[in-house]
Amino acid sequence: MALLEIDDLHVGFPAGGRMVEVVRGLTLRLDAGQALGLVGESGSGKSQTALAVMSLLRKPLRVTRGSIRLEGQELVGAPEATLRHFRGGAMSIVFQDAMAGLNPVFPIGTQLMDVLAAHRGLTGRAARAVAVEALEMVGIREPAARLGHYPHQFSGGMRQRVLIAMAIACRPKLLIADEPTTALDVTVQAQIVELLHELRQKLGLALLFITHNLDLMAEICDRAIVLYGGRMMEEAPIGPLFEAPLHPYGRALLDCVPRLADEPGALHPIEGAAPTPGRLGEACPFAPRCGLALPRCAEEAPPELAFGPRRAACWRLVP
Amino acid sequence: MNAPLLVLDRLSRRYEMEKRPLARLFGQSRPLFAVKEVSLEVPRGQITGLVGESGCGKSTLARLMLRLEEPTSGRVLLDGTDLTALHGAALKRERRRMQMVFQDAGGSLNPRKAARRLLGEALALAGAPAEALEDRAAALMRQVGLDPVLLGRYPHELSGGQKQRLAIARALAMEPRLLVADEPVSALDVSLQAQIMRLLMELRDSLGLTMLFISHDLALVHHLCAHVAVMSAGEIVERGHPREVLRAPQHPYTRRLLAAVPRGPRAASPSLEQAEP
Repeated sequence: MALLEIDDLHVGFPAGGRMVEVVRGLTLRLDAGQALGLVGESGSGKSQTALAVMSLLRKPLRVTRGSIRLEGQELVGAPEATLRHFRGGAMSIVFQDAMAGLNPVFPIGTQLMDVLAAHRGLTGRAARAVAVEALEMVGIREPAARLGHYPHQFSGGMRQRVLIAMAIACRPKLLIADEPTTALDVTVQAQIVELLHELRQKLGLALLFITHNLDLMAEICDRAIVLYGGRMMEEAPIGPLFEAPLHPYGRALLDCVPRLADEPGALHPIEGAAPTPGRLGEACPFAPRCGLALPRCAEEAPPELAFGPRRAACWRLVP
Repeated sequence: MNAPLLVLDRLSRRYEMEKRPLARLFGQSRPLFAVKEVSLEVPRGQITGLVGESGCGKSTLARLMLRLEEPTSGRVLLDGTDLTALHGAALKRERRRMQMVFQDAGGSLNPRKAARRLLGEALALAGAPAEALEDRAAALMRQVGLDPVLLGRYPHELSGGQKQRLAIARALAMEPRLLVADEPVSALDVSLQAQIMRLLMELRDSLGLTMLFISHDLALVHHLCAHVAVMSAGEIVERGHPREVLRAPQHPYTRRLLAAVPRGPRAASPSLEQAEP
């Protein structure tokens, strides 16, 4: 049994008498200690998937179909008390905007110890000791002194470390990182990615890493799922994905990153724009931007095919 | 014609950090240089990169150039005219020749005005006759790769990439000599970054537009720029052709920036040396 099992997940909201779906039939497995990347552009459904796992979808968004299981326990439709037990306990999440994840009027120590009281029943000196240990683990110097500091007294990168400390303080099995470095400078981004990598090895965390940057994801993940228009386009281990993506969108997403190793000026943008949810029919969502599209691609959804450890959904791959 | 379009001559901006008024009075305050003695030449018709992290002073430098902020000392020469010596109408006229686009295009576009009005107002300011506004606005839209049917749209009805294109179109409406682009693609999806970068290159080639491209991403600078200046703690610590600077960075700070660029899979990442024999 995998740590996280998602089957045929659909997330949507009602609009104009019908359901607008932003995640459309996603299936994935994440084993304990593994790192899986969810990659895609805005509107691909990657963040909604993360929120669905955490049962943090905001109304009117909700899971309309499918199953999400953590250690075999069904989360879809589970009572709030059960969810609260898992959320922040066995699984936790770090968001892009670290400031929004912290309460500006309380010192970070108070916020850390609140989490420990809620999930591990720790208070007083015991909670303090664990809080100090958590801050130490994320590389915050003089952690005991820093407990009394307020969020605004930390830099952006340090705030993200504090949030990661809160996320790991209860020793989760699953850590979801939703674009945790997008708002940060490149050098700080590299440090945070290194930290996540370290924590994963030290604590045996499973990581669900959400990003639009394939190169960044490749530095930390073993495997990636490429999403587009709410659907899985391709899933593969990092090495094979970078060597030879099976899906034209996987190829395009790899090629569009401006890299240091390429000839100056050699840019390969994906023309057009990402689709708007609700305007998507049953066709392959990438068909309008795809240079290799067949007539069939605009008519019906391609089946998901398995190729050893890889999966892809593209008519070009159907024999 | 070979003289640089813009010359920054030992430009500085100093802030007094001491809050106690008496200490200031008696000269006990600690000055902090946001920008310190920066000299920079921006050649015509090319894209010059300015690289550094948050807080290094690169955006302050841009604000000083446009005199959105007053320099403590130094000169800003646009086509030989010293902007720091200008006031009133003359300053306004010269400043209009430099336009800026920002990371957050949405934040720089008035949400209550449709694209037609945003462009129309800029065109009118630049002296376009009223009867030509519609045609000129449509031409600008096409120039930045937007369908003129979008002229009726409000900023919130446009995607992130479209908003940035509109912000660029509005800057072009003023017929600038210099476009300052402050992190114009860092808030965009990877697939759109290359689209906007390609647009900037096209504008350089078709209009001969001179640009200053501000970024913390060395990979972007590598693709766009003919020159690069690396800024750290208010000073320019290294400059040159991107190829040279990236192949053999001299300053430790540049090396750190370079090492931080994500390279894809750990084992398979090709090094710069391999790609550039």
